[in-house]
Amino acid sequence: MIINHPLLGPCDAQEFVYKGDASLIDRPDGMADGTDAAFYDYAYLRDNPAGEHRELWYHEQGDRSWLVVTRNTVTHEITSVELARDVARSMGRSR
Amino acid sequence: MRLRTGGQIDRDTTISFRFDGQYYKGHPGDTLASALLANGVRLMGRSFKYHRPRGVLTAGSDEPNALVELRSGGRQEPNTRATVIELFDGLRAEPQNAWPSLKFDALAINDRLSPFLTAGFYYKTFMWPAAFWEKLYEPIIRRAAGLGSITTKPDPDAYDKGFLHCDLLIIGAGPSGLMAALTAGRAGARVILADEDFRMGGRLNAETFAISDMAGSAWAAQAVAELTTLSNVRLMPRTTVFGAFDHGIYGAVERVSDHLPTPQDGKPRQTLWRIYTKRTLLCAGALERPIAFANNDRPGIMTASALRAYVNRWAASPAETVAVFTNNDDGHRTAADLIAKGVKVVALIDTRADAPKPAGTELIAGAQVIDTSGRLGLAGITVKLANGQTRKLAVGALGVSGGWNPNVAMTCHQRGRPAWDDSIAAFIPAGDLPQGMTIAGAAEGQFSTHAALAGGATKAAQALNDLGITTTKPDLPQAEDAPTKITPFWHVRGDKRAWLDFQNDVTVKDVKLAHQEGFRSVEHLKRYTTLGMATDQGKTSNMGGLAVMAELTGQTIAQTGTTMFRPPYTPVAMGVLAGRSTGTDFRPTRLTPSHHWAKEQGAVFVEVGMWLRAQWFPRPGEKTWRESVDREVRATRNSVGVCDVTTLGKIDVQGVDAAEFLNRIYCNAFAKLPVGRVRYGLMLREDGIAYDDGTAARLAEDHFVVTTTTANAVAVYRHMEFARQCLWPDMDVQLISTTEAWAQYAIAGPNARKLLQKIVDPAFDISNDAFPFMACAEITVCNGCPARLFRISFSGELAYELAVPTRYGDALIRRIMAEGAEFDVTPYGTEALGVMRIEKGHAAGNELNGQTTALNLGMGRMVSDKKDSIGAVLSRREGLTMPDALRLVGFRPKNPQTRIPAGAHLLEKGAAMVVANDLGYVTSACYSPTLESYIAIGFLKNGQARMGETLRAASPLTGEDVEIEIVSAHFVDPEGERLRA
Amino acid sequence: MRYSGFRVLKEALTGHKGWTPAWRDPDPQPHYDIVIVGGGGHGLATAYYLAKEFRQHRIAVIEKGWIGGGNVGRNTTIIRSNYLLDGNEPFYEFSLKLWEGLEQDFNYNAMVSQRGILNLIHTDAQRDAFIRRGNGMILNGADAELLSVAQLKREYPFLNYDNARFPIKGGLAQRRGGTVRHDAVAWGYARGADSRGVDIIQNCEVTGFRIENGKCLGVETSRGFIGAGKVGVAVAGSSSRVMAKAGMRLPIESHALQAFVSEGLKPVLPGVITFGAGHFYCSQSDKGGLVFGGDIDGYNSYAQRGNLPVIEDVAEGGMALFPGLGRVRLLRIWGGIMDMSMDGSPIIDRTHIDGLYFNGGWCYGGFKATPASGWCFAHLLATDTPHKTATAYRFDRFERGYLIDEKGMGAQPNLH
Repeated sequence: MIINHPLLGPCDAQEFVYKGDASLIDRPDGMADGTDAAFYDYAYLRDNPAGEHRELWYHEQGDRSWLVVTRNTVTHEITSVELARDVARSMGRSR
Repeated sequence: MRLRTGGQIDRDTTISFRFDGQYYKGHPGDTLASALLANGVRLMGRSFKYHRPRGVLTAGSDEPNALVELRSGGRQEPNTRATVIELFDGLRAEPQNAWPSLKFDALAINDRLSPFLTAGFYYKTFMWPAAFWEKLYEPIIRRAAGLGSITTKPDPDAYDKGFLHCDLLIIGAGPSGLMAALTAGRAGARVILADEDFRMGGRLNAETFAISDMAGSAWAAQAVAELTTLSNVRLMPRTTVFGAFDHGIYGAVERVSDHLPTPQDGKPRQTLWRIYTKRTLLCAGALERPIAFANNDRPGIMTASALRAYVNRWAASPAETVAVFTNNDDGHRTAADLIAKGVKVVALIDTRADAPKPAGTELIAGAQVIDTSGRLGLAGITVKLANGQTRKLAVGALGVSGGWNPNVAMTCHQRGRPAWDDSIAAFIPAGDLPQGMTIAGAAEGQFSTHAALAGGATKAAQALNDLGITTTKPDLPQAEDAPTKITPFWHVRGDKRAWLDFQNDVTVKDVKLAHQEGFRSVEHLKRYTTLGMATDQGKTSNMGGLAVMAELTGQTIAQTGTTMFRPPYTPVAMGVLAGRSTGTDFRPTRLTPSHHWAKEQGAVFVEVGMWLRAQWFPRPGEKTWRESVDREVRATRNSVGVCDVTTLGKIDVQGVDAAEFLNRIYCNAFAKLPVGRVRYGLMLREDGIAYDDGTAARLAEDHFVVTTTTANAVAVYRHMEFARQCLWPDMDVQLISTTEAWAQYAIAGPNARKLLQKIVDPAFDISNDAFPFMACAEITVCNGCPARLFRISFSGELAYELAVPTRYGDALIRRIMAEGAEFDVTPYGTEALGVMRIEKGHAAGNELNGQTTALNLGMGRMVSDKKDSIGAVLSRREGLTMPDALRLVGFRPKNPQTRIPAGAHLLEKGAAMVVANDLGYVTSACYSPTLESYIAIGFLKNGQARMGETLRAASPLTGEDVEIEIVSAHFVDPEGERLRA
Repeated sequence: MRYSGFRVLKEALTGHKGWTPAWRDPDPQPHYDIVIVGGGGHGLATAYYLAKEFRQHRIAVIEKGWIGGGNVGRNTTIIRSNYLLDGNEPFYEFSLKLWEGLEQDFNYNAMVSQRGILNLIHTDAQRDAFIRRGNGMILNGADAELLSVAQLKREYPFLNYDNARFPIKGGLAQRRGGTVRHDAVAWGYARGADSRGVDIIQNCEVTGFRIENGKCLGVETSRGFIGAGKVGVAVAGSSSRVMAKAGMRLPIESHALQAFVSEGLKPVLPGVITFGAGHFYCSQSDKGGLVFGGDIDGYNSYAQRGNLPVIEDVAEGGMALFPGLGRVRLLRIWGGIMDMSMDGSPIIDRTHIDGLYFNGGWCYGGFKATPASGWCFAHLLATDTPHKTATAYRFDRFERGYLIDEKGMGAQPNLH
């Protein structure tokens, strides 16, 4: 596969390490009341769609950026690649 | 027999080769198959199940029959298709799957037993008695099965890998491929033209019709000559594109040296190319299919196109007298070509009553071949005439044409499903094609030469147009444009066996039986009968089997469907897929900064991940590794030892938020760690399990150095980057791995400080008061060499870790050894390191195994509930915090000289060896020279409450069962006085 | 019809006229007591044991395509019970014992071949871990044997002992492990279930579950509604897709695992061998092909195919272990979709929906589990209690922290 890195252009997927669903960005607040259920959901449950999937890839043999790749799990077609940091910020994550 | 003239062979050069113990002559340009036919050899192999005598069926890579063992020793190559072996001088090939000889094969008895050996017979018997399967039935079946053999000697040849990029990859250099390459090449596009054959031209080399008033093969040569002059075109003959992968990436194997006796010096046997394409044009042509009839598998019976290929391209005829059996006009070409070459064609048998009349031979229209004769080679055929009478013809070869199948294999690699086209009675490409792929010529069902040329030009122009490259429409040369005239005809009805899959001996009867037993889906048919599972992947057999099944179920072929063609297109050697990653080069080797020095000392090395580390340093007179290791431990505990610990991961963490960042990464608190101090840290995974441990040293308010275990260095860095970029993207913190930037040595033992004081520059006070346990500083050593000093201890002794830029690592170890001579400084390896850490009860890889929690490790209280750190929440789950959870404890054997096996399980004395009595397990064990006793650590249920109890460490696997006492895991200096000294 | 050597002889002499379909092709009835969704190995085994061992009636197996077309038909055929953890080992040992009597039980020769499985050891830490595992196996009544390099050289003289990046330091063998003709397992169970009255309905896709008031009443299918007292789902590879129709999210990701077979060879490899320093395991089929595999491709996928990097990685492992493989040709590559669970272990449990039961999350260990999975799922469906060897395979183990993580890789499925 080829991942079109937003900064570096097309790179072989072999340069990357896969992590999983991009929802892993959305980590619950560990100090919130009753956060156990939220963490169970966050750590263990997945939509696992057959179709478009937003997922995390890490450019380990490259610039070390984490990317959010939107890829079809049936055809493997990639329709968008974003810096995970930008995605995280857009989801309201900060410090 | 060799025809007197013609053929694309070099008649001026004669080369010698051996097959089945006989020496023969051939010419450059021959394949093994063409040379054998030219020498009158039709028998080349035996079939898989019935061991039937077999000759060539095809003239290409789809050959199912003529499989041989090529070369010998480590180069012995089983199942090699004689039809694609390029003849070289001195070639040696042997028949396979035949014993004692090809001509007399004892297992041909299976042919007589064929009524019993029908499809799936083995599923119904051999079940009694149960134990007989492994002992009797299976060994017999295994010996009879299989095709060729390997010697198991290492392959002496090298294989390479490479990457190529192009605008347009053209697969196949027949008329459409060549025309496409000319069109794209002239437009300046980056073009790769790959063809599996050693001579480009495809069927043009095997046909006699003209292109623009020249022979097709001459036109092909001219096209190749022009392409050779274009620097933007890469011609790759002897290159099989074997698989279409995601995003336009193709795998291809170039057979660099297979046409030579041995590879030239420095050259690989083959090269694996990964080709990154923007567009791909598949010009893979079409494959002729046989017709099933009784005994249609004898040597001398082949596809009509193969027969004329041998005559046209190689001037080799399998016999003096031949016949042709066809259901379409293409078979007539074979007859005409053979007649023109002077081969006697006794008859052209056409299943069509309205077949066109050929010249120079008798047409038997509306007829079928219903049987054949000849044990080791075809002697005659029996023809059933239109009027129902039969007629026997004596022939030595028969060309059979059942029509052509577009070569759609590669279009299926990304789940494309071919669609049925009635007009040519064949499947054509359809469905999800590989990204960027289009198809031209016979591969898309355009069978005339004109259509192939035109298709190649048009499709290439379209593909390049997508990329914004403008092409000029070429003048298409004149070529034949005959329509496809075919009446589908798949098999001749009869009681005898008619072969569909030649290699696997699947007959029409087998398909009927599969149907009768309910195995009617194409996949069930394939799996039950093994149809299409031979080394040709069904190229010659699937279509016939499908057609018979369709007939039986009353469905159309389109409704019956087709099985998937999977990569590789043709079988690929394991060696080329592995490339150079073999032997000691299987994975890269990382060397520590002291490696060369350690090697000079005669160190024994051990693989630790990718690293090689010194395991121990034997001294003269030491007979066992234990002697060396015990000495290294004693010397360190009594004076001073030094160990290269560079392999531990090092991560520089900088930024205003560095402390807060580490506070979230580690389960214990870091925010308030003062500058100049080090703290032990435990990282959890988000699921609450212990992930990694190490230290974090605060060199400045905004600067930490984190260490990780050797094993987890890469993963922990990745994990921290994830947290930094994804979880807390606005934290002011930067990370960089410095594992390889710093050489780091542990200097441990009562004399460690004295030794270090000789190395650390005098400006830096490292006295116990100024530089106490867990202090750290950026200093200089050896007169100004920048360094980092950490007062941390894995051994439990007064100890430091000293880091210098890696380029000074070798010099530093030599300096330490020189300055330490007065203290008899002793280098120690990973074994002594391990012994000392077990003596101290420190967890390492065996304890941090990804299944244990901070609680298990005796560090449950470290997990702070006052902050949000990774893993804290899920570490509190019920299942991970049970009162009787496993705890890390120490074990001492009742007899100090009895070994405790690591991996033993813990049970009460006298308890039965059953899992219900399992109380835990031993993780790490060693002999402690300090305590002069074997010791161990491990996990015991509710272990903290069982101190002083006696249990068993049982290891039935190794035959050991040891009485042990439960003790604290801190065997040596539990109060930590030494390390604070 | 009972299969036997005598029957084969008789049919051979009478033109094979007497063979009948191995299973019927019935139309679905409006209602069954138990509907199993998924005509793979596990679903068919469940139906077989429900009928045979638990005396249940009116059972249907519903399959979207053709039976045995999923992972039971596209795996590397290995059976073994060499697991580490107590949550797993009794279950897989139960499965191995069922394999040992399976062919006589269902009257079909699935070529269960106990030729042994060997895991190679390359480091001291690996040896410690394998000794722990071997002892655990013995505690659970399985067989295990620690082999020295000298013993290995006798049994496998052609491995790379002298020129290896990661030298072989020993091996953990399970002699009772081995291989099975995978397709035959599906067919044997199908035939056995069919002969006991189970309706096997092919080309019937489940499009939804009819759930009212928290109870599952049956399944909507491409061939209409089929009512059911209980519905058991065994569709590993597609678990998330199917259970989403019941509104459930699972602790599972789908990943592609590639598998490989070489051209046929005369016997060269006696047993199953697993490289311990790379991703490669291999056995030789009775037909002669070397059947081998490696790691999953590593990214979520429902495509039954993979990519070159893993193919090359597997070949590298093969060549590193067995340098004589260089001229052996890879004949076919295929892919299966694995239910990769969050701790690497399966789930056999009730769901929160009354009457809806789930079996999945098999990662790439599902084939060897087929008999026990079927038996235990049948036990659960018939009795509403888990079988004693499958008590750990609960849905709530993730929430409650009772993980069964053989590899210790945590909640990241592609690492298991």
